[in-house]
Amino acid sequence: MSEQPGSKSTAEKPNLSLENERTEDAQIPKTRAQLASENAKTVKKLVFVVIGMLGFSFALVPLYDVFCDLTGINGKPSNEAAVYESVVIDESRTIKVEFITRTHSGMAWEFSAQTAEIRLHPGEMGEVEFYVRNPTEHDIIAQAIPSISPGIAALYVNKTECFCFKHQPLKAGEEAIMPMKFYVDPQLPKEFTFFTLQYTLYDISATVQPAVVAMDNG
Amino acid sequence: MSTETLNDAHDSPDGHDAHHDHHIPKGILRWLFTTNHKDIGTLYLWFAFIMFLIGGAMAMVIRAELFQPGLQIVDPHFFNQMTTVHGLIMVFGAVMPAFTGLANWMIPMMIGAPDMALPRMNNWSFYILPFAFIILLSSLFMDGGGPAFGWTFYAPLSTQYSGDSTALFVFSVHIMGISSIMGAINVVVTILNMRAPGMTYMKMPLFVWTWLITAFLLIAVMPVLAGAVTMVLTDKFFGTSFFNAAGGGDPVMFQHIFWFFGHPEVYIMILPAFGIISAIVPTFSRKRLFGYASMVYATASIALLSFIVWAHHMFTTGMPVAAEMFFMFATMLISVPTGVKVFNWVATMWRGSLTFEVPMMFAIAFIVLFTIGGLSGLMLAITPADFQYHDTYFVVAHFHYVLVTGALFSIMAAVYYWLPKWTGKMFDITLGKWHFWCSLISVNVLFFPMHFVGLAGMPRRIPDYALQFADFNKWISIGGFAFGLSQLIFLALIIKACRKIGEPVSDQVWEGAEGLEWEVPSPAPYHTFSTPPLIK
Ligand SMILES: [Cu+2]
Repeated sequence: MSEQPGSKSTAEKPNLSLENERTEDAQIPKTRAQLASENAKTVKKLVFVVIGMLGFSFALVPLYDVFCDLTGINGKPSNEAAVYESVVIDESRTIKVEFITRTHSGMAWEFSAQTAEIRLHPGEMGEVEFYVRNPTEHDIIAQAIPSISPGIAALYVNKTECFCFKHQPLKAGEEAIMPMKFYVDPQLPKEFTFFTLQYTLYDISATVQPAVVAMDNG
Repeated sequence: MSTETLNDAHDSPDGHDAHHDHHIPKGILRWLFTTNHKDIGTLYLWFAFIMFLIGGAMAMVIRAELFQPGLQIVDPHFFNQMTTVHGLIMVFGAVMPAFTGLANWMIPMMIGAPDMALPRMNNWSFYILPFAFIILLSSLFMDGGGPAFGWTFYAPLSTQYSGDSTALFVFSVHIMGISSIMGAINVVVTILNMRAPGMTYMKMPLFVWTWLITAFLLIAVMPVLAGAVTMVLTDKFFGTSFFNAAGGGDPVMFQHIFWFFGHPEVYIMILPAFGIISAIVPTFSRKRLFGYASMVYATASIALLSFIVWAHHMFTTGMPVAAEMFFMFATMLISVPTGVKVFNWVATMWRGSLTFEVPMMFAIAFIVLFTIGGLSGLMLAITPADFQYHDTYFVVAHFHYVLVTGALFSIMAAVYYWLPKWTGKMFDITLGKWHFWCSLISVNVLFFPMHFVGLAGMPRRIPDYALQFADFNKWISIGGFAFGLSQLIFLALIIKACRKIGEPVSDQVWEGAEGLEWEVPSPAPYHTFSTPPLIK
């Protein structure tokens, strides 16, 4: 199948054979056995496509992650601790980083950033502390998920330490201060003068294995 | 094309079903075990019609609730179930099976084949379909109700905020998917291998061409839908985190996977319609179709482009500007081959000796109203404008113009066009005209004002609305009820036709009709083309 949209030159001769394409289109009917084997072959190919596309739909999951890691378009910063080593500080510019916190619906914790925003040079270490309190009467394990906007900036945020790398268990009524240390890669494109880092807290008590719960709370 | 070879089903050279003519099985068993493409086509069409009435009844519930502002008839959770199941039924239960039914009936007759290539699988692909919809519909009666997350079942609505019936929803979609895939495989194998000698690809009627391309689309994207519902199932019940941000997944990824299926799906529901209109317009213009080859290439281009435009449903998810530009322009590009088609239909009518029989009336209404739907689609494709239109009634107006006055009108046109061939009797033309005019007027009263309330900001999928939308919604609901009632005329007409009441018709039925299906007797005998016809 060609992709060119209809050319007007062929418009005047409709319904005519443009080519005498296939040998089996000769004027002899196929025998039953011929047809059966041809059909079986075609079915086999099509079933292969179906299975391939089913596999493709699941392959989209890792592909999506890889694509987003490479391009940073979904605003997810790396989930692994960076090492702060021989980074040149670019003092010629200052980046403003804002912090937003929220809890997922139904998650009753208090959660806030101790500093609403900081200004720092690319390459310079920044440290922010976050306050959490579990006002409920249950022990809860939380997980913080970061998101950066605009998304591309996520590629240039390197965290050396983050509470979001682990679960955060809090007993009923307990409170805590959670630290986060990061620096902005000096490679950050010039057009970025500020970005926003948001954390969302999710209640993951139900999905974390009981053993882990016991250990963390113990 | 010649007729000499057509009526001798008894001495086919390969002995295929040579003596079935003498004893067509009778009663329920005939329909249960049938492998005859015409029987299965009839089953599909009746099934689609019943689903159309059920899905339509749900639309009536929606319009009754929206007749006035405020909550009066149903509670919001039930309203959500109605919008969800209405969408699922109309897409997977009405439009798609109706097209498959038409394919079953017409493709073998159009290419000079004795039957579909895989008749037993054909029986299966139909008979699993009722089970899918029984499962889906029965979930409405469960504690907690049926699916209420929209037919698009976005995560986390479907994975975290849904009821237990989600499992039933997933299984029913799996069954629908398997049915469509089997049907599509059958169509492809039939068209590739069963064409009568001399029926080259570029001689095939456009209905066959558009269905071939549709079938490839189905084979490519129905497995992706199956994958998406499976991920929803495991996220909801087995603790995976494909779409769960807390577990490292991404809910936006759901939308990417869904619309990778969803956009080709909308062409699955419109390409066969293009084929139908391309059959009807030349007949009643008494001219050959203008630009046959360009129609084929346009259909193929639309199908290929449909794989690279999915994110136009997701402009507001926060994509980088470059991606939004790409999806905007790729989407707009599709209007070029679509425009070629509309141009060709109009050019076919140009200086033709036009007559306006019922199928032609529906076909012309299709061309005009589908173009309106296409134009509102072009408006939605403009990224900055889409931020305003997103999730409003403007979107509802758009896709109902392309699906109701597009796909559905084409199906009705097709039924009117081929019904006399199926029954051997002319349908009740007066009833047909009543059906047409009632439908045409009411469908526009129903959907046109939705553009205005949408542009004014009325959100979709909400059981209540701000007072300033009250007048328009009253008219929309009146149009809706009228459109629903008009379909009962269609039902009466079909029942009458099935009871073979009416004037006998000639083999050709319509004066300007050309093609193999018009060379077999009317009504089409149980077996046709057991001996391949000669294609000149
Ligand atoms: Cu789309």
